[in-house]
Amino acid sequence: MNPVIELSQVSFSYGLVPVLQNISLQVEPGEFLGLVGPNAGGKSTLLKLVLGLLKPQRGSVKVLGSRPTQARRRIGYVPQYPGFARDFPVSVEQVVLLGRLGAGRMPGFFSVADRKAAHQALEEVEAADLAGRQIGALSGGQLQRVLLARALVAQPDILILDEPTANIDMRLESDIFDELKVLNRRMTILVVSHDIAFISGYVHRVACLNRTLVCHETRAIQGDLVQALYGGQVRRVEHHHNHDHEHDFPASQAHP
Amino acid sequence: MNEFFVALGQQHFLQMALLAGLLASVGCGLVGTFVVVKRITFLAGGIAHSVLAGMGAAAYYGFDPLMGALVAAVVSALLIGWIHLNWRTQEDTLIGALWAIGMAVGLLFISRTPGYNTNLFSYLFGNILLVPERDIWFMGALDLVLLLVVLLFFRQFLAVIFDEEYARLRGVPVTFFYLLLLCLIAVTVVLMIHVVGLILVIALLTLPAAIAGHYVHSLGGMMVIATLLGGVFTTAGLALSYGPDLPAGPTIILLAGGAYVLSVLLNRLLIQHRVRRSLGD
Repeated sequence: MNPVIELSQVSFSYGLVPVLQNISLQVEPGEFLGLVGPNAGGKSTLLKLVLGLLKPQRGSVKVLGSRPTQARRRIGYVPQYPGFARDFPVSVEQVVLLGRLGAGRMPGFFSVADRKAAHQALEEVEAADLAGRQIGALSGGQLQRVLLARALVAQPDILILDEPTANIDMRLESDIFDELKVLNRRMTILVVSHDIAFISGYVHRVACLNRTLVCHETRAIQGDLVQALYGGQVRRVEHHHNHDHEHDFPASQAHP
Repeated sequence: MNEFFVALGQQHFLQMALLAGLLASVGCGLVGTFVVVKRITFLAGGIAHSVLAGMGAAAYYGFDPLMGALVAAVVSALLIGWIHLNWRTQEDTLIGALWAIGMAVGLLFISRTPGYNTNLFSYLFGNILLVPERDIWFMGALDLVLLLVVLLFFRQFLAVIFDEEYARLRGVPVTFFYLLLLCLIAVTVVLMIHVVGLILVIALLTLPAAIAGHYVHSLGGMMVIATLLGGVFTTAGLALSYGPDLPAGPTIILLAGGAYVLSVLLNRLLIQHRVRRSLGD
């Protein structure tokens, strides 16, 4: 089978600062790939190349066999920092509906089918009760679910998430990843994380990025690898995640 | 006030003035809401002020000043859009320069046009009592254009104003809609010239929408409330200024400004009250 995402010999720099050097990566259909690496290691840049928001100076990026700008409507994307003001006068339902743009007609309002899809997507992330809320009234975990619904509403073939758990409570982290595991049955997932130990319990393969890229099967992840990746001494922390979590999100967990 | 309503029944020019105010409020609602929510008041200010160049040139060469204003407003909107898209680091300074250069060009043209004093004053501060019937039709046509474009592409505008990057990922032509939005601002500026003049346009464009934003939390709701508020301010301003023979434009703006300040204070009190209540006090 053809790879879903294919980067070959890609290099990228912002001005004179090289960010990615000679990156080659193939993501297979149905794969759940984790992308880890230190801050400023180029993770978000790599995602932007795949999404066609940036163009590589060297090498080529293919998504679903075509150019990223052509294929990106079939990608669902959950950004780390959403590009909107939290006080924007818009409801959760409308935010999710905006994820349907590009799927149908140009002029006019959202259709009944759009609304149905939005409702389903919210239901899937267990946030249907938030539909009428203002986007600014959500906690960090709730917002993350809504952004996931926005990404899912157009039925993507690929789901890309940039640090989906960076702004939320530790206990919700495994909630989100359990959900991704379910979604992985029907779509390819690429997730960026800073927490290699945590995601290795979920993903099939880990790509370590620090200007250059090294891939590992999750079984092979050891302390010396982490050390090589981050440089210098890294203290290893064993994570024990409690998987018996509740599914409601009290306001006290709101992220400031 | 009473005097105004009696005169309104008899005087054609007053009826035209009232109509001009109401037509302008559609712009307050539809486009003002976009400007406030997208936070591009400064860009809109640049478009509005540089329009004087077009009005001056049109007056000098003997064309209809409102037509000159429309052409200048659209050119200036596209120029500002181009600056925003390609020169973002110097955007601030460049728009400031365009703003002043447009006014300077306009002032030079007007100084060479016979009888410039009255013209200049009405361009800058409006003269709602002297709106010709022809311009009422023109304003009506502009309102129709605004309404049609906003209704047809509401989703795209919402997407671009809310989250440009995500809109781009969904295949929305972001640059096109951004420039179209600036052109809508240009059209709205022209709509308001007779009512409050170029200098005061920004207040009428943004204050009704900003007040609406204190109380409703959807773009559509803001548009409706801001249109109604625009109608109230222009009508009340006209009525209040008529008896004592004050200029209507500044009266309208003072009303809008006063209402906005009151609304800001009221809104703050409401929020404090809600916070206290939610803390169980």
